[in-house]
Amino acid sequence: MLKFLAGRLALAVPTMLVIATLAFGLLHATPGGPFDTAKRMPPEIQRSIEAKYHLDEPVWRQYLRYLGDLAHGDFGPSFQYRNTSVNELIRSGLPVDAVIGSLALLAAMLVGGCVGTVAALRRNRWLDHGPMFLAVLGISIPVFVTGPLLILVFAVQLHWLPSGDWRWGEIRYLLLPVTALALPYVAYVARVARGAAIEVFASPFILTARAKGLPTRTVVLRHALRPVLLPLVSFLGPAFASVLTGSIVIESVFGLPGIGKYFLTGAINRDYTLVVGITVLYGALIIAFNLLADLCYAWLDPRVRLQS
Amino acid sequence: MNAAAIAGRVRVAGQWLQSWRRLRRHPPALVALALLGLVVLLALLVPLVSPYDFATPNWDELYQPPGRQHWLGTDGLGRDLLVRVMWGCRISLLVGIAASLVSVVIGVLWGATAGYAGGGTDSAMMRIVDILYAVPFIPLVIVLTVLFGRSFLLVFVAIGAVSWLDIARIVRGQTLSLKNREFIDAARALGLSSTTMIVRHVVPNLLGIVIIYATLTVPTVILFEAFLSFLGLGVHAPLASLGTLIAEGAKHMKAHPYLLTIPAVFLTLIVCSFSFLGDGLRDALDPRQQR
Repeated sequence: MLKFLAGRLALAVPTMLVIATLAFGLLHATPGGPFDTAKRMPPEIQRSIEAKYHLDEPVWRQYLRYLGDLAHGDFGPSFQYRNTSVNELIRSGLPVDAVIGSLALLAAMLVGGCVGTVAALRRNRWLDHGPMFLAVLGISIPVFVTGPLLILVFAVQLHWLPSGDWRWGEIRYLLLPVTALALPYVAYVARVARGAAIEVFASPFILTARAKGLPTRTVVLRHALRPVLLPLVSFLGPAFASVLTGSIVIESVFGLPGIGKYFLTGAINRDYTLVVGITVLYGALIIAFNLLADLCYAWLDPRVRLQS
Repeated sequence: MNAAAIAGRVRVAGQWLQSWRRLRRHPPALVALALLGLVVLLALLVPLVSPYDFATPNWDELYQPPGRQHWLGTDGLGRDLLVRVMWGCRISLLVGIAASLVSVVIGVLWGATAGYAGGGTDSAMMRIVDILYAVPFIPLVIVLTVLFGRSFLLVFVAIGAVSWLDIARIVRGQTLSLKNREFIDAARALGLSSTTMIVRHVVPNLLGIVIIYATLTVPTVILFEAFLSFLGLGVHAPLASLGTLIAEGAKHMKAHPYLLTIPAVFLTLIVCSFSFLGDGLRDALDPRQQR
């Protein structure tokens, strides 16, 4: 266990280094700095600003300085939002994404898991074919289609829910973005759960449970649930990453103040530190959640040996 | 031609024929194939046949609803939506297929090399794949397109370079298990040259799984391109991919919902068809993975 953790962390460090270097290198390799605005600044002011942000130093010094700051958890100051650090921007945006993303994944696991299990129990009947057809549709329709369509129906035509914006603690503002974000994951989870459930229901220990005369409910909940959950847990790690990037679209469709919005405006305005910082953060979260998913996997399935 | 080669040829032919028979028993895949054919045909022919142009504005016919003049209506610049949507299908399909090819080529070469070489080379190459898995590629591609301008080629290369990881893993696993199979030993014992062996026995066994994953990569790539276009990072105006059209439609959906729904229907149709076709091919080409 400890050896496994150590091995994974040993791989995580070079991975983070690769991500930070890629992002940093890309941004510095391109022409146009953050302070090349249309109206020319007086040269001495430009120089003093560049000195303040260490832009006058050679790139390798900036790179080393940046890595040093990163190691202390400091993403540096934002170029675009003056007097604001990237850490502050992330702190204001990330909770929004965390709320939406975790609610969407929770909905996906609950709804998708149930639908998939029921489809497996009713295999090759309409309760199987119908939902599975919808599931392929759900995977195929992108978030930027379902989002506007949901707004069109529930906000513009029915006036039931607000079409966007964000207020902390008000569920009305959450419903549409979470639904739009969750739909493809519900569909995906339903497919994976169906496949896993079919395999589990065919295995000898379920046959034994049935032969003992246990009711279907007990067989499913007591015996089949855990092995059905297994492939879903390993899906959660990568899913978390795609929920994060998927929320970039959700944020732009529903006008939410998450980090995706900062990321897009930062990329367009060449806000080096902001863009590199958010990319590194995404990478760190992906690594952390994959590790967490592996640990959960081993916890749920005692046969799994953790190997680094 | 010796007996072994003849046996090899018979086996291969039988395998593809059987696959086709299995695919024919899979109605959703057949419907998907037919729909895809129809969309490709329309996308190729409509812009040639239609009297309208995808780029020229027509100020007298702004926001015409679908009707006899313009079957799918016109957009905010009076341009025929049917022609624009068909151009969008062309671009989406082209990007999807070309970028999938890029990723399949990289993935197969990488995976087959790693699986065939084994040992240290294998684990080093797969470690690189592990590291790349954790790289948040979508943000990086967004940065790339913002920084280097919205070039068509870049979109191909970026998407292709992102989506080869899964294929590399699958092909490696397949190569590893193929290396130790009895029929490979048998073929070797019969004295087949290694070229014949690769062409007759290894490639057909890899090909099925590669075709399946290529088919399943196309829709994800199309969605990814549409995603970039939706954020305004895709092809240049006046050319429009389906993603651009959807983004434009979403802006005007309150007054003119057809501008959103029509391109959305076509995008969904294409992506769904590829998914169903991929599912059908999985059953047809990979019989060991029975449902």
